[in-house]
Amino acid sequence: MARAVTPRRKSLNTALAWAVGLLIFFPILWTILTSFKTEAQAIASPPLFLNFNWTLENYAIVQERSDYMRFLWNSVIIAGGSTVLGVIIAVPAAWAMAFVPSKRTKDILLWMLSTKMLPAVGVLYPIYLLFIRLGLLDTRGGLVVVLMLINLPIIVWMLYTYFREIPGEILEAARMDGATLKEEILHILTPMAVPGIASTVLLNFILAWNEAFWTLNLTAVDAAPLTAFIASYSSPEGLFFAKLSAASTMAIAPILILGWFSQKQLVRGLTFGAVK
Amino acid sequence: MGRIQLKSVTKSFGDVQVIPPLDLTIQDGEFTVFVGPSGCGKSTLLRLIAGLEDITSGSIDIDGADATDVPPAKRGLAMVFQSYALYPHMTVRKNIAFPLRMAKLDQAEIDKRVEGAASVLNLTDYLDRRPGQLSGGQRQRVAIGRAIVREPAAFLFDEPLSNLDAALRVGMRLEISELHERLATTMIYVTHDQVEAMTMADKIVVLQAGVIEQVGSPLELYRTPQNLFVAGFIGSPKMNFIEGEEASKHGAHTIGIRPEHIAVSDSEGTWSGKVSVSEHLGSDTFFHVHETGLAETITVRADGEVAFRHGDRIHLTPRADVIHRFDEKGLRIE
Amino acid sequence: MATQHSRSVARLMMAPAVILLLGWMLVPLTMTLYFSFKKYLPLRGGDLGWVGLDNYIRFVSSSSFWPAVQATLVIVGGVLVITVVLGILLAMLLDQPMWGQGVVRILVIAPFFVMPTVSALVWKNMFMDPVNGLLAHLWRFFGAEPISWLSEASMTSIIMIVSWQWLPFATLILLTAIQSLDSEQLEAAEMDGAPPLKRFYHIILPHLSRAITIVILIQTIFLLSIFAEIFVTTGGAFGTRTLTYLIFQRVLESQNVGLGSAGGVYAIILANIVAIFLMRIVGKNLDA
Repeated sequence: MARAVTPRRKSLNTALAWAVGLLIFFPILWTILTSFKTEAQAIASPPLFLNFNWTLENYAIVQERSDYMRFLWNSVIIAGGSTVLGVIIAVPAAWAMAFVPSKRTKDILLWMLSTKMLPAVGVLYPIYLLFIRLGLLDTRGGLVVVLMLINLPIIVWMLYTYFREIPGEILEAARMDGATLKEEILHILTPMAVPGIASTVLLNFILAWNEAFWTLNLTAVDAAPLTAFIASYSSPEGLFFAKLSAASTMAIAPILILGWFSQKQLVRGLTFGAVK
Repeated sequence: MGRIQLKSVTKSFGDVQVIPPLDLTIQDGEFTVFVGPSGCGKSTLLRLIAGLEDITSGSIDIDGADATDVPPAKRGLAMVFQSYALYPHMTVRKNIAFPLRMAKLDQAEIDKRVEGAASVLNLTDYLDRRPGQLSGGQRQRVAIGRAIVREPAAFLFDEPLSNLDAALRVGMRLEISELHERLATTMIYVTHDQVEAMTMADKIVVLQAGVIEQVGSPLELYRTPQNLFVAGFIGSPKMNFIEGEEASKHGAHTIGIRPEHIAVSDSEGTWSGKVSVSEHLGSDTFFHVHETGLAETITVRADGEVAFRHGDRIHLTPRADVIHRFDEKGLRIE
Repeated sequence: MATQHSRSVARLMMAPAVILLLGWMLVPLTMTLYFSFKKYLPLRGGDLGWVGLDNYIRFVSSSSFWPAVQATLVIVGGVLVITVVLGILLAMLLDQPMWGQGVVRILVIAPFFVMPTVSALVWKNMFMDPVNGLLAHLWRFFGAEPISWLSEASMTSIIMIVSWQWLPFATLILLTAIQSLDSEQLEAAEMDGAPPLKRFYHIILPHLSRAITIVILIQTIFLLSIFAEIFVTTGGAFGTRTLTYLIFQRVLESQNVGLGSAGGVYAIILANIVAIFLMRIVGKNLDA
């Protein structure tokens, strides 16, 4: 039982926590605000907080000049595709590990996690070369596969921990009731694990969306997602603060919203369940 | 139809043999209870019959046909699990219908059977609820409903009452017994509670460390336990065991006398001792007697009105015709 | 606990994931190893034959190697210290009773979800720009001369940006760990007469030790390979060329694949050392 604290103490906590929270959030807030300013207001001195003429022109310009929608679409396809593909491959594997454990299950799981630790730069050239040979460079399909492979260990792991919470007796009951393996997974396991599968999908979508090593190195134009789109602003264009802000806001807004929903799963997914 | 025959069945997990070769026949329509302390292999045995585990060697026949390699669903058996294992995302109706859906019965037949089971089990008003909205007893009934709609050759119960509170347990015990009377289907019931075993079974199988200690009707086990383990396990309070000189007088290594077979008196008797604790249950009184020179404690069951207290010296007389005698190996001497 | 049949089915169902990951690990790894023993310049003659350990020796003895190691260690170490210390303080603050806790949590966690390229660019231009950046305005407001962050204080700047991104992660994990602390333990300590600082040192900190270890290990693995933050800010200039960035430059910019591959092997070994410790902890957790 948490003890009741004095209102004074609670007010103090609240003030301090909000101050720190806003400070940490400030760069994002500032970016969003700036995206609604004109370029002149964006670099005004002293800086303008709310007392400026709100405008949407930056968003229009960004879309018009660099075809933002195409990058967005690439991001959606790459992040979504790799997540869906990963879940399809991971569900059977996680089922097997959670419900038919053997002596080797633990070793296989740990080995899978260890592939996640492989530094990307160590295998950059081989992948680059393979992509050229297979004609996958700058294709969405190629990136879907690579990002799926990167996140597969996390997907397997998260599903495994969720599945383990489902009592094995229920699956045995289904087996006694005459369900085939396919029916058991389809009618019993999957509906029961929906919350777990949903958070797994969410977290992995976010990780894939923000991935910025392979997406920068394996794309040029056609398959470039938002990470690459934003990176193109590292040129002097970045000095157009309002447009940079509009582009940034568009790139992070969808994921921020999803991210807030998945914060609990973040701990579970990224620490592989070692912190509860 | 449900005659189940186990022939030299063994089960090993890795190098550990949990069931040494075991033979057992369960007759059609019989209510058989597997009873024993936890870890005695009774649940494993049930899962072997269900087909949820492979047997390591031997064979299992169901209705005269070899079922050793038949998958669980095809054995014609229904199982009620300890946790009930209801599907939480389905309504009661869908839960009960699930095995029928898997068997691809037509919808009218499914509806008919589900309604039938629901009315037998008093679940008609709850058909559209989910398991989470039901009480423990109701969940238990849904689990049973899911089993009976399949009209199986035999029912398997794995400690089905252990998650219920004491009052409900007595009620469900009666309901399951009544169900057996009505369906007359073979039932195999696993429990660690000897009271459940005694009250429900036609035939009790007492297990310890994977080995069958004795098979018999409840009264057979009560009257003629074949060894010390069964003698101590069946009956409550436990049988008193006395070794040494007193046992030698009866020509045995150990003698056993049930608490209800000892008479108490304040003046005279074969043995005497000091009351350590007296437990008054109303109908009965249990005395735990020390300083008898026979064993650490002798438990006596007397009438509810007998009122000895802590520290009283009392006299005990065993009924000579119900003294059980055992040899050095713990086996019964007739 | 299952039947022979279900075990063989299980093996079949694990197969796709296992085979894919095995391929993903072995194929590129073998290729990297292969290239690392060759003189291989795709744009200047291609495969020029076996050179033994030459690449390994050259990579280590090049004048940019030790500065890169140093830059890597400074960034990893700096970010770790900042995120762990601030993370503990922040987690303890967020654990206190307050109004709007949920909202504050959301505010604090937000930076983690910002794309690395976005956060690097926003910081670089809108905050650290020596003329129009917000920090420059702040400095001028206090009458100080604005700093050109990314050239004069390049390492500090990168550490700041990366810490801002990773602080939420550390905070969230440490907060989860703090919330699992049995408050009766703290109350018992209070009854035993331990003042707040001692309670923190003797009860809270030991309770957090496992979470802290995990934060350190996981962040180390990710921080060793930060890329986008450097790619869009300094491009490896001003002493911010980390090991990862150095290898990237060798492979893709100067197209010296053999040399870069040798560097890659070093990076893999380094990451594996960290990973072994992490796997031990995670593995223990599996048994529970």
